[in-house]
Amino acid sequence: IKYMCLYKRPFNEHFEQAPMYVAVLTYLGFGVGTIFGYLRDFMRACGLESCNLAAEREEQKDFVPLYQDFENFYTRNLYMRIRDNWNRPICSVPGPQFDLMERVTDDFNWTFRFTGRTIKDVINMGSYNYLGFAETDANALKTLADVLQNYGTGVCSTRQEMGNLDKHIELENLVARFLDVEAAMVFGMGFATNSMNIPSLVGKGCLILSDELNHTSLVLGARLSGATIRIFKHNNMQSLEKLLRDAIAYGQPRSRRAWKKILILVEGIYSMEGSIVRLPEIVALKKRYKAYLYLDEAHSIGAVGPTGRGVVEYFGMDPEDVDVLMGTFTKSFGAAGGYIAGKKELVDFLRTHSHSAIYATSMCPPVAEQIIRSMKCVMGLDGTTQGLQRVRQLGENTRYFRRRLHEMGFIVYGNDDSPVVPLLLYMPGKIGAFARRMLDKNIGVVVVGFPATPIAESRARFCVSAAHTREMLDTVRTADVLVKLTSDARGAGRSYKSVTLNLNNSFCFCFS
Amino acid sequence: MAAAVGMGQQWVLVEMVQAFYEAPAYHLILEGILILWIIRLLFSKTYKLQERSDLTPKEKEELIEEWQPEPLVPPVSKDHPALNYSVVSGPPSHKIIVNGKECINFASFNFLGLLDNERVKNAAQASLRKYGVGTCGPRGFYGTFDVHLELEDRLAKFMRTEESIIYSYGFATIASAIPAYSKRGDIVFVDEAACFAIQKGLQASRSNIKLFKHNDMADLEQLLKEQEIEDQKNPRKACVTRRFILVEGLYMNTGDICPLPELIKLKYKYKVRIFLEESLSFGVLGEHGRGVTEHFGINVDDIDLISANMENSLASIGGFCCGRSFVIDHQRLSGQGYCFSASLPPLLAAAAIEALNIMEENPDIFQILREKCKRIHKALQRISGLIVVGDLFSPALHLQLEETSGSRENDMKLLKRIVDYCMNRSIALTQARYLEKEEKCLPPPSIRVVVTVEQTEEELDKAASIIREAAQSVLN
Repeated sequence: IKYMCLYKRPFNEHFEQAPMYVAVLTYLGFGVGTIFGYLRDFMRACGLESCNLAAEREEQKDFVPLYQDFENFYTRNLYMRIRDNWNRPICSVPGPQFDLMERVTDDFNWTFRFTGRTIKDVINMGSYNYLGFAETDANALKTLADVLQNYGTGVCSTRQEMGNLDKHIELENLVARFLDVEAAMVFGMGFATNSMNIPSLVGKGCLILSDELNHTSLVLGARLSGATIRIFKHNNMQSLEKLLRDAIAYGQPRSRRAWKKILILVEGIYSMEGSIVRLPEIVALKKRYKAYLYLDEAHSIGAVGPTGRGVVEYFGMDPEDVDVLMGTFTKSFGAAGGYIAGKKELVDFLRTHSHSAIYATSMCPPVAEQIIRSMKCVMGLDGTTQGLQRVRQLGENTRYFRRRLHEMGFIVYGNDDSPVVPLLLYMPGKIGAFARRMLDKNIGVVVVGFPATPIAESRARFCVSAAHTREMLDTVRTADVLVKLTSDARGAGRSYKSVTLNLNNSFCFCFS
Repeated sequence: MAAAVGMGQQWVLVEMVQAFYEAPAYHLILEGILILWIIRLLFSKTYKLQERSDLTPKEKEELIEEWQPEPLVPPVSKDHPALNYSVVSGPPSHKIIVNGKECINFASFNFLGLLDNERVKNAAQASLRKYGVGTCGPRGFYGTFDVHLELEDRLAKFMRTEESIIYSYGFATIASAIPAYSKRGDIVFVDEAACFAIQKGLQASRSNIKLFKHNDMADLEQLLKEQEIEDQKNPRKACVTRRFILVEGLYMNTGDICPLPELIKLKYKYKVRIFLEESLSFGVLGEHGRGVTEHFGINVDDIDLISANMENSLASIGGFCCGRSFVIDHQRLSGQGYCFSASLPPLLAAAAIEALNIMEENPDIFQILREKCKRIHKALQRISGLIVVGDLFSPALHLQLEETSGSRENDMKLLKRIVDYCMNRSIALTQARYLEKEEKCLPPPSIRVVVTVEQTEEELDKAASIIREAAQSVLN
C-alpha cells in the first residue's frame, strides 16, 4: 500500500474467488473420475477391457520398467478422456481465423484418424498472435522471400564458430534500438534463451528469488544454475520484501556467508493468470536491497505499452532500471527465438559465456528477417503507422473483450490491460465440454487444466489479437455455450437449475 | 469462617483418601508410573536449545546497508578470444564471405550441401506463402501443423522406426529427452566425450551419472559389473532403478564412432537401455544415410531412443527423436522443450522434408562424402606439428597440436594464428569452442575441419597444403 504512489496509472487486477459449492463440485468431479480410473485400471489388468497402450518389446520384458504405473495414472485415465481438445492440427496460417483438420476417434481418444476434411475459418482464440503478424500477405512477405532465396534455411554452425551472419548483427542492433538499451543478443529458441543464460549469470553461492507462477523455462534455468532458489507468492511484494530482508540479514543457510548476488526472476505477463507484474514496486525494492532484476517479457513485449515496448513502457519506467531484459519473438512478432538485452557489459559477457553462443545453432535468416520487418513496422521505421495502429487495436480489443465478459458475469482473472484472458471453468467436466462445443460453433479455444494450473482452477484461455475484428469478438462472447456452461459467478448461479447443471457437468466428464 | 474452610478442606481430604482406597489397582499403578516419570524428567539433564539469534530490526538494517553484491557480470577483457565473432556476409554455403573475404567453407556442418539447394529453397518458399513464418503457439495449443505431422511421419519411415517427435531446436532435443525418462535415483552410464547438450540434459535429470572412458568397453563393463554387485545388496531398490547407456554415433568432440555391436551385447547382458545421439552421424553413415545403426547393420529396434538434430545434414533447424511408440509417445507430455515451447516454423519443416526427399533419391552422395573424408584424412596425416583426431570416414575432424605449450591460452593463440593464415589464403576454418569452466572433460584446443560433398578434390588438396604451410610457418 505504501508503494501505491509509484504507479502513474490505475492498476486493476482481479482474482475473484468462486462460490464454495463450485469448489465442492469440482473436487467431487475429480473424485468420481479417479474412482472410475481405478475401476478401469482394474478391468484392464483383469483383461476385461482391451488395453490400447503401447507395450514394451518382448525381448525387453525383464528390463526395469521404463515408466511407473502410478506416474501415468492421470494421463491414462483423466487426460485421455478429453485428449481431443489439445494438439489439434491446423493447415493454414495461424491468423485471426484458421483451418482445422478434422479428426475423429474410433476408440475413445486412444488413436485419431483424419477424415480428410478441413473445418474452414475457425475463429482463433488460442494462438499467440497479439499484433497479428502471422499473415501471408505477399506484400508484407516480399523481403522474406528474397532473404530465403539468398540465404537458405539453415546455418549449420554456432554463433562463435561460423554462424554469426550479418543478419544477426542487424537484428541485434534493431532490438537494442527498439528497447532503448545499449546492446542486445538474439538466440534461436525462446525456451532455450532462459534455460541457457540464467546458468551463465548466477551460480553456486547466489540466490534466486522466483515468482510462484514462473514459466518452466525460468524454473529449469534456475535449477541448472546451481543457485539457491526461494519462491515468493505470486505478485506479492510483501512476500518478496520479507525474503529479501531475511536473505541479506541471515546470509547463506548454515554457513551464514553473505550471498554473492541476488537475482529476482519475474515475468511481464503471466500466461496462465493474465496478471501483469508490479514493476514499479519491484524496481523500488531492488534498488533498496541491491538485488538484480531479470524480466521475462515473453508475452508482454509488443503487447502492452502505448507503443508496444512492453511492461517497462506500460509503467512509464526507464529500461535501465531492469538489469536483464529478456523476451521472445514468438508471440507478438510472429517468428521464433528470443533475446536478452541490457548494458553492453552484460551482452559482451553473454557473447563469451552463454551456452547458446558456444554450442547451439544460431537463428535462421528468414526468421531473423521476419523479426526485422515486424519490428520495423511496430517502430514505424517502414514509413507507415501500421505498427502503432496494431498496438492500439490490440489494446482496444483487449479492453472491450474483458469488459463484456465481466458484464456477463464470468470470473475472469488478470489485469484489465493484458491480452491474455483466462476464463475460469473449475469443473473437470466442463474442460472437455466447453472446448468441444465451442469447436462445433467454429471457435477454437484453448483449455488448460491440472497440472498447468492448480487442480481446482481449470480455465479456458483466450488470446486476444489485433487482427480480431469486433464481430469476431462478439461471436465468441455471445456463443451460448459460454452462457450455458460457465454461469457460475452470476447472482442467479445459486439457483437449483444451475447447481444441477453443474452436477451434470461433473458427471458427464466420466462418461464422455 | 476459617473453621468452615478448615472443615471443607478436611472433608475433601477424607474423600481423597477414601477414593485412594477404592480405586482399582491398575489405576494406582498407572498413576504411580506417571509420578515417577515426572520426577525423572525434573531431575534429568536439560538440553540447551541452539541460540536463535533473532536479530533486532536495527541490526538487520545495518546488515542490509552494509551488504555489497558482486557485479552482475564480471568484466570481459576486450581481447577475449571469443568476443569478436567472425562476420559472415550472406549465406554460409560452400563459398562463404567471412569478414569481407571470400573463402571456401571448411567450417559449417553442411555435410550434404543442402544449404544452397534450389529444391529445398523452393519448398520453403511455398510453405512461407501458405503458412507465414511463426507458428504462434506450442504443439498442444494449435501449434501443430500438417507439415509437422508429415515430417514426423517421414522421419519415422526413413529411420524405419514406429514413431518420431520433432523439436524446434537442436540443443533442446537431447536436453529435453533425457530428463523425460531418467529421474532422480536412476543411473546413466555416459561416455566421457559426450557433448554439452547431453551434459545439460543429465544435469536437468538429477540422475546418478557414471562416466566411462571414451569408447572403452572394458571400462564400461567394469562399471556395469560394479553396479550389479550393488544391486544384489539391495534388490528391492534395484527393481525400480532404471539404467541407461548414453552414447553418440559420431562424437562431436573427437570424431570417433561408437562401438555399437559391443554396446548391444552389453545391453542385453546387463539389462540396460541404450540412448543414441546421432547428430553428426545422421545423413552421413550407413548406405542410405540412416546413421550408425545402418553402418553396423544393427536392427534399429534394439536401440531404445535415437536422437538427432536436423541442423547438420538436413541443413534446417530443429531436432527429432525416433524409436518405438512405447518410448517416444511419453515425450509428448513430458518433454519440456516440446510441451512448453513454440513449435518449429513450418518453412523449416518443409525444407527438412524436401531435404529428406533428396537424401532418399540420391543414396550415392553418402559414398561420395565418405571418399572425400578419406582423401582429406590421408592428406592431413603428414603435417608436422598437428595431429588429426577423428575416424577415417568422419566428416568433422579435429586438428590438435602435437606438442602442447603447457597453457591452454597459448595453445589457442597458436591455433588462431594458423586459422588466420588459412583465412588469408581463402580457406575458412574455425577453432572448436568450449565453455571451459562447465565442461566435464574439457577437450584440448583444436581446429575444426568439416568435409562436405560440395568440396571438389582440388579444393580438398589445396586446403591440406595450405594447412601444412600454415603449421610450418607458425609452429617452427
